[in-house]
Amino acid sequence: MIDGQVRKGFSVKHLPGMTAMALLCFLLLYAPLFTLVVYSFNAGESIALWEGFSLRWYGAAWENEAVQEATVRSLIVASFASAISTVVATMAALGTTRTGRYRGRTTIYMMINQPLMVPEIVTAVALLIFFAMIKVATGYQGLAYLIAAHSAFCVPFAYLPIRARLEGMSLTLEQAAADLYASPWQTFRKVTLPLMMPGIVAGAMLAFVISLDDVVITEFVKSAGQDTLPTYMLGQLRRGISPEVNAISTALLAVTVVILTAFFVLNRKRH
Amino acid sequence: MRNGVLGNRQPSGLEIEARRQTVRNYLLLCTPALLLLLLAASGPLLIVVVYSFLEPGEYSGVVWRFSGEAWFNVLFSRDIFDDTVSLADAHLTILWRSVRLSLLTTLLAFLLGFPTAYFIATRPASQRPMWLFLITIPFWTNLLIRTFAIMEVIRNEGILNTLLQALGLIDSPIQILYTDTAVTIGMVYVYLPLMVLPLYAAMERLDFRLVEAGYDLYASRWQVLRKVIIPLVKPGIVAGTILVFVPSLGAYVTPRVLGGGKNMMLGNLIELQFGQGRNWPLGAALSMTLLVIVAIALAYYVRSASKSDAND
Repeated sequence: MIDGQVRKGFSVKHLPGMTAMALLCFLLLYAPLFTLVVYSFNAGESIALWEGFSLRWYGAAWENEAVQEATVRSLIVASFASAISTVVATMAALGTTRTGRYRGRTTIYMMINQPLMVPEIVTAVALLIFFAMIKVATGYQGLAYLIAAHSAFCVPFAYLPIRARLEGMSLTLEQAAADLYASPWQTFRKVTLPLMMPGIVAGAMLAFVISLDDVVITEFVKSAGQDTLPTYMLGQLRRGISPEVNAISTALLAVTVVILTAFFVLNRKRH
Repeated sequence: MRNGVLGNRQPSGLEIEARRQTVRNYLLLCTPALLLLLLAASGPLLIVVVYSFLEPGEYSGVVWRFSGEAWFNVLFSRDIFDDTVSLADAHLTILWRSVRLSLLTTLLAFLLGFPTAYFIATRPASQRPMWLFLITIPFWTNLLIRTFAIMEVIRNEGILNTLLQALGLIDSPIQILYTDTAVTIGMVYVYLPLMVLPLYAAMERLDFRLVEAGYDLYASRWQVLRKVIIPLVKPGIVAGTILVFVPSLGAYVTPRVLGGGKNMMLGNLIELQFGQGRNWPLGAALSMTLLVIVAIALAYYVRSASKSDAND
């Protein structure tokens, strides 16, 4: 059976209606995003009527100080969070894959994947309570809370691609390095790390996107005046959707697509 | 390397000691990640449990006195004047809406996601990554942006209403936004990729010789789908169902944006207690209620996953 072979008359893979439904599904997934992008270039105030192409809303968003601040804050938090989560996730991935099973490994898996299982709103509430206690005790109100929260929920997203990469690597090269009298550190620096690099880069990119996108946890953890781009957009919603929010959304969408395409290409080379 | 250092024969004392040392090193490597998660993810959950048994403070926060009132208030309410106990209708309505809309979302996502996953899995191997990529782009796109996008489509002046009016199907716009329908549409849209991905993973491994055998034995297309394909991809169906149901149940952004103030779900009710409601213990108890429902769903998943492992 050759893949996707279309024979005259009968194909075992054909089920009536499946293709039509699938194409409808793709249409449903992309039509709303497409509309959003198109209307961000609308010249008029309205988001219902098309009044010609213009970049005025991008200009408006670019010059809006609140948007600038929120963007910078989002980038700072996402950079720190992806760096921290990638480092700890890399160590954890080494600690859970380069050996046989040991007692407690399942518990470690569960701990690492915990942010994927607990509803975000519950974690958000828990962090609100916990950080409120620390804020009262120390008086510190800075960005560290957001960075800590983001780093934590990014760990599984950084960990999974790194672990996948390590599981596909055999130990032979490391053993060869050890046979050639490389110290464990040299083996790690010169053999293991370069080999696992694609996984690390992938993990860091995913963590960055996840942090950049977070709404719920940020909304609960942030102190006054600490809006990130998504919470700023959510706040703007009380005044209804504006074309400016569309422009910001489109810009964020573009960033996500660029990072994902890089991720996709990187993954492709591996196979 | 599955068995690690131990291999298959009896290990000597020295080897056991060496292995113990290695395991200790590996555990040490995991420590920073575990500490971070303990500090900013798992640990604070325990504080929520404690808070759910305290009394609410006057403005916000808590008074450190034990009380079961918050848990009582999850389902019941006490009359201020004569202390008569009745069911808390508002909470029950919201709880029921959360469960109902989440189930509906899961069902609709399955009806759309199954054909899509099947479609991708039956493409030639070289085309599959491209189709999958088309599913992952919306998946990684900011949830808020996707909710905005849906909002623009279903607004009274949005494309959907404009289109229906232009076609002459309706005279005046239908109010979809700020209804349960809007919340359901939004959640299906937002969580659909979470259904497609695990379904695809299961279908990619589907052995089509079994499907062919079904046809050889004179099964109709419908029978093949029901008796061969669906049972074989069941683990994927269960995974997709859980992956859509769990975040739907805890959804906060989508019901807030598309449901307006009125059509709250559990997530919004929890938020309310920490905002205007000023009842942190009740908010904590509601969060724990949500967590328990999610834990039950996950336990069901783990059980059915290990069952299908045993069948293999």
